[in-house]
Amino acid sequence: MPKNRLGTFFLSAFAAMFFVAPAYAAMLNLHNGGDPSSLDPHKVSGDWENRIVGDIFEGLMTEDVGATPMAGQAESWTISDDGLVYTFKLRESANWSDGQPVTAHDFVFAFQRIMNPETAAEYAYLQFPIKNAEEINSGDIADLGQLGVKAIDDKTLEITLEQPTPFFLGALTHYTAYPVPKHVVEAKGADWVKIDNIVVNGPYKPVEWIPGAHVTTTKNDKYYDVANLKIDGVKFFVLEDQSAALKRYRAGEFDILTDFPKDQYQWLQENHPGEARVAPFAGLYYYVFNHRKPPFDDARVRKALSMAINREVIGPQILGTGELPAYSWVPPGMANSGESSEVDWAEMSYPEKLEAAKALIAEAGYSEDNPLQVTLRYNTNDNHKRIAVAVVSMWKALGVEAKLFNSEVKVHYAEIRKGEFDVARAGWLADYNDPVNFLDLLKGSTSNNYGAYSSPEFDKLLDQASLETDLVKRASLLSQAEKIAMGDNAAAPIYFYLSENIVSPKIKGFEDNAFDIHRTRWLTKEE
Amino acid sequence: MLGFALRRLLSTIPVLWIALTLCFFILRLAPGGPFDAERQLPERILANLRAHYNLDKSLIVQYWDYVSGVLMGDLGPSYITDDFTVVDLIAIGLPYTFILGGAAFMLAILVGVLAGVIGALYQNKSTDYGIALVIMIGLIVPNFLMAPILQLVFGVTLGWLPVGGWGGGKLSHLVLPVIILALPHTARISRLMRGSMIEVLGANYIRTARAKGIGARLMITRHAIKPALLPVVSYLGPAAGYLLTGSLVVESIFGLPGIGQYFINAALNRDYGMVLGTVIFYMVLIILLNLVVDLVYALLDPKVRAH
Repeated sequence: MPKNRLGTFFLSAFAAMFFVAPAYAAMLNLHNGGDPSSLDPHKVSGDWENRIVGDIFEGLMTEDVGATPMAGQAESWTISDDGLVYTFKLRESANWSDGQPVTAHDFVFAFQRIMNPETAAEYAYLQFPIKNAEEINSGDIADLGQLGVKAIDDKTLEITLEQPTPFFLGALTHYTAYPVPKHVVEAKGADWVKIDNIVVNGPYKPVEWIPGAHVTTTKNDKYYDVANLKIDGVKFFVLEDQSAALKRYRAGEFDILTDFPKDQYQWLQENHPGEARVAPFAGLYYYVFNHRKPPFDDARVRKALSMAINREVIGPQILGTGELPAYSWVPPGMANSGESSEVDWAEMSYPEKLEAAKALIAEAGYSEDNPLQVTLRYNTNDNHKRIAVAVVSMWKALGVEAKLFNSEVKVHYAEIRKGEFDVARAGWLADYNDPVNFLDLLKGSTSNNYGAYSSPEFDKLLDQASLETDLVKRASLLSQAEKIAMGDNAAAPIYFYLSENIVSPKIKGFEDNAFDIHRTRWLTKEE
Repeated sequence: MLGFALRRLLSTIPVLWIALTLCFFILRLAPGGPFDAERQLPERILANLRAHYNLDKSLIVQYWDYVSGVLMGDLGPSYITDDFTVVDLIAIGLPYTFILGGAAFMLAILVGVLAGVIGALYQNKSTDYGIALVIMIGLIVPNFLMAPILQLVFGVTLGWLPVGGWGGGKLSHLVLPVIILALPHTARISRLMRGSMIEVLGANYIRTARAKGIGARLMITRHAIKPALLPVVSYLGPAAGYLLTGSLVVESIFGLPGIGQYFINAALNRDYGMVLGTVIFYMVLIILLNLVVDLVYALLDPKVRAH
């Protein structure tokens, strides 16, 4: 009977709609910003790349929902009393996506590979705490076997460090510490990372990559915790235009935006309450003084210029998202940090600061007839420009003649590295949860010390801290060092960064944290 | 005709070589390099990277290596998108760019020619002015403004069309970007078509045809359109070149894959290999398109064919 058959068809179609549809619905559509440069964890360096690579690979340690280090491929570990030798026991259930077990040999291979100068890994230096890592990476030691990473057996790995490093477990969550599949890399060479060849050990595996459009991942059914994954896969969309991304969010095409136009924050709060999230982020926005060049080698001039920056208005009024004013170098809430070491003038009112700054400028020999001339250099960007314009007008109140100069980001950093500036904008986002990561920016010989600040006392305290195993003493040494740099007004901290995300109410399990790391593993999506 | 085409192609080789050489050296004069970024890399790691990409050799050696690679069809690696070679990237982006650009090209010709013909037939009447107004808006409003407006109206407010993304090439995903791409070219084509159509309609042979009592429709389709198309055809070369090389604005606002954004991002990132690769590709494409235009011209105009 045709009629009946038709009825059955409709009934089953109807049933299929109800019972089948939800099964493939949990795709996360994530606005990821830039195009990844690679899926190889040894070849990436950006936060947009970390979002992908950190979903498809997993290190000995991984991040929990609040980005705190937790057991990843390692199920347990012991640390020797002198803090130098870490022994990890790998999970028996840790497998590559092709079914092969993840072994300690994969980790040895990966650490040797990232340190091998031929790999040319940009971020290799993050694992320099490992014994002989720096010497191998710079070519001083040619034998990769000298690296302090050894496989005791298939599932036991021993890592030896140069010095006790309290943040080392945290550094192991970083993608520079991810394993790569030895058997695939050796068989396929550089092509191992092509979408058809790649083998991963994280919760998700990549299935499609169209440069300029998106990377798609799906559940890795060989992952030890696959049973608890609530999201079936992720589409990481490339879209650098923030306003276009916001429109796509409003049209329901994206579930999470990883940044948004600051000038839309007010509108978002009114029209999508609770969806735009700003939270303290371990990052510092600052102005560098060029210590190579008079008068910026004069502590009075630096202090006056720094004091005259009214930080209280920058976050709430100029940027509109309410960034915290920075009077110290290390962002608040970093692990292993001691008492805050703010500049000694932090508590003064702004008119008092301005008066004191004027006096300092006069003391340094500048007057109306002989005004201090400064060029403020920044990389081309609307927010940097707004801040620079405001700062220049604040400096005018001191009688300083300030000019603005901007260039695209590549040129900016190439030039300030050469010392071609008076005062320049810079920023730093934490790589790992430790004050050293920020204090190193002011250390004598490091390449990120753009202003060439040099204080033997500061450097000595950092060196002492690096040998100290007592965390309390170490924290106190670091905060003394910070106090010295802030006392010298080595550079002018301006504000501490905020992470800025928009999260659809459909997404649960997204916890704001100071590293802005949100692994898909912890998220759920309600339809 | 074949000989003509071959001669034209051969004569472009020195042009390609000179442009490539200039581009190679000018690019190196630009301050900043592929590995300058917010995080300064330690000197030793920079040295590793430079060695990896042959940037530690002298410029002449690099140039020689590059040119010999190009002759073998190898455009080298992309310094920034590490997992792909320049040839890979162009091959991946090209189909998207061609689909979008090709659709926009067709749309621009169809609508532009039609609007031009109608404008010419109703010269200085309200229909003509109406068309001119719409066309002028399309011409004056820049795409980076028009695109967000259309996205807001049709995507966010009305919800009729997706705001962005490729969406597996579904028609609904292509509508807005294709319109945005086609708009300025539609406008120019319709102005060209209107002007030349008016001229043709005033020509002696049209008057003769009219005097013989030929119908208006036949007169337009058989006698007027073909000669009136000539100026439009010479515009189509550059227009196709423009559309088929991708558009940074459309690709980046709609989040579409394509070679337009590769080129601009490569230039900003000092991805030397990628910039040179796209420049070579663009040059070859534009030379070929101009050749096609010349050939079409010859087909349409007997006077050109005779030469």
